Amino acid sequence: MTRFTRPLKPFAQAASLVALLLVSACMSPPANLDTSLDRQTVEGRYRIRLQPPASAPAINQMHAWEVSVATPDGQPVRQARIAVDGGMPQHGHGLPTRPRVTRELADGRYLIEGMKFSMTGWWEIKLAVQGEQGADKVTFNTVVKGG
Amino acid sequence: MGRSTRLLLAGSLAVLLLCGFSFNRTPLRDRWSGEELKLLASMQLDALPPAPADASNRFERSPAAAALGRKLFHDARLSANGQVSCATCHAADRQFQDGVPVGKGVGTGTRRSMPIIATTHSPWKFWDGRKDSLWSQALGPLEDGAEHATTRVHVSRLVRQHHRDEYEAVFGRLPDMAAWPADAGPLGTPEQRRAWATLPASVQAEVNRVFANVGKAIAAYERSVSYGASRFDRYVQATLAGDAQGQQLLSPAEVRGLRAFIGPGQCATCHNGPLFTDQHFHNTGVPQRDPGRPDLGRAGAIAALSRDEFNCFGPHSDADKTRGCEELRFLVDEADPALKGAFKTPSLRNVALRPPYMHAGQLPSLQAVVAHYVASPAATVGHSELAREGHVHVERQPIRLSEAQLRDLVSFLEALSGPVIDPLR
Repeated sequence: MTRFTRPLKPFAQAASLVALLLVSACMSPPANLDTSLDRQTVEGRYRIRLQPPASAPAINQMHAWEVSVATPDGQPVRQARIAVDGGMPQHGHGLPTRPRVTRELADGRYLIEGMKFSMTGWWEIKLAVQGEQGADKVTFNTVVKGG
Repeated sequence: MGRSTRLLLAGSLAVLLLCGFSFNRTPLRDRWSGEELKLLASMQLDALPPAPADASNRFERSPAAAALGRKLFHDARLSANGQVSCATCHAADRQFQDGVPVGKGVGTGTRRSMPIIATTHSPWKFWDGRKDSLWSQALGPLEDGAEHATTRVHVSRLVRQHHRDEYEAVFGRLPDMAAWPADAGPLGTPEQRRAWATLPASVQAEVNRVFANVGKAIAAYERSVSYGASRFDRYVQATLAGDAQGQQLLSPAEVRGLRAFIGPGQCATCHNGPLFTDQHFHNTGVPQRDPGRPDLGRAGAIAALSRDEFNCFGPHSDADKTRGCEELRFLVDEADPALKGAFKTPSLRNVALRPPYMHAGQLPSLQAVVAHYVASPAATVGHSELAREGHVHVERQPIRLSEAQLRDLVSFLEALSGPVIDPLR
């Protein structure tokens, strides 16, 4: 978090808040990167929706995502087996942890625990799904921001 | 003008400064883009969050445990020859390291002694991350034949003899040791291992408990040791505050080096955050110290970590083993090819004060380190993550720096030096 040396606490608080919003605005997002979290799998067997935690986790903080698996026409896919992989394509390394689906929260909605990002930037989250329609896979992009 | 309006205006002004504008003030010598400023702000020491709590050590915040831990840390009696303490290789007046390529205790080790400062922020200890807590880490060297070369029974006896009151004030009564052998441990000499094997499991558990508590006390001490602000930190504060005078804290060469660090040098890829480390493991093709006996790094540590009786899942861990111990529960797969020959990204704080470099002290100077990254040699074990000229990585570009940039980069690394804060000293 941005810190100011001046002992003006309200000033610093307001400045930090607005700074966070506007500094993001002077950054350029990675070009042409599709960060949609609602995607069809490669073979079109499933529609997968990823849901990040409500508040963005800090760098190196362990956290959980939710994943919803449905057929292309929107029927939830129960008891799917989902393998999680990923990494940073620009840096040539994988995830710092081995996340996995720990339980099915509701019909077709699963909890991925053990997610962690060790730095800001572009990360891929790759899911291999095995369900009633067969095996398929999908890759999501997410841009992890600091702060 | 209302208070909230004033705050909003003040905030907007700060933002404009952050984005590189300045009004009727002394112009800043060094201009940084908004993205760069955000990156710099994330690397200053003030951005370091409080150290995460180690649920496996319920004594880690106990001042009495830390005071005992400091004594144990400096107690050379806890070694086979009575001459090696933790401080032998982690000297408080030498950045908590020893300045030699590989550690020298009772024997000679195979890796560089790591500075223990601020390591409580890392989920994994040692160059290969084979320990998952500071207290468990502290136990390793005590029974390593090249380091203290002692045993857990011997250590327990010494605690009773020399530190009994302080130990019992924190951890409760020491067990009766009258029937114990003089020296025994599962990792010692054949004789020590035989003596250990003859002990009933209940006695082994009693010994292990005292031994684990020794580690927990040492961890409570080590946890208190931290880094103080460097010139880099004060420069970033000045820059964020729009203080032109304060930017003089770094020389133009150091600022050019900083630009190379976060730019074409790609250093901030892994050396990120306020400790200048992603706390992760990477293979960067660092030459093997002994090519005949290649060091597998992280790949060689996963199995030992998983079965370590002093890990977070173990009987002496204070953590909730079903919901806690997340790092172990989601531990990477040993077969992951990226782990082969991968070593932990070290913090770069105070890095200029502790040559030689890399996991076995292979490189004598920061110049040699920077030159290594530019050369990006192929790894002798596993695959280097670095892109090489002629072997262009799909996404990653080779590190290209001029001779002048190399010099500037080294200058910048010297600006990361600051005090070591050791409150119990």
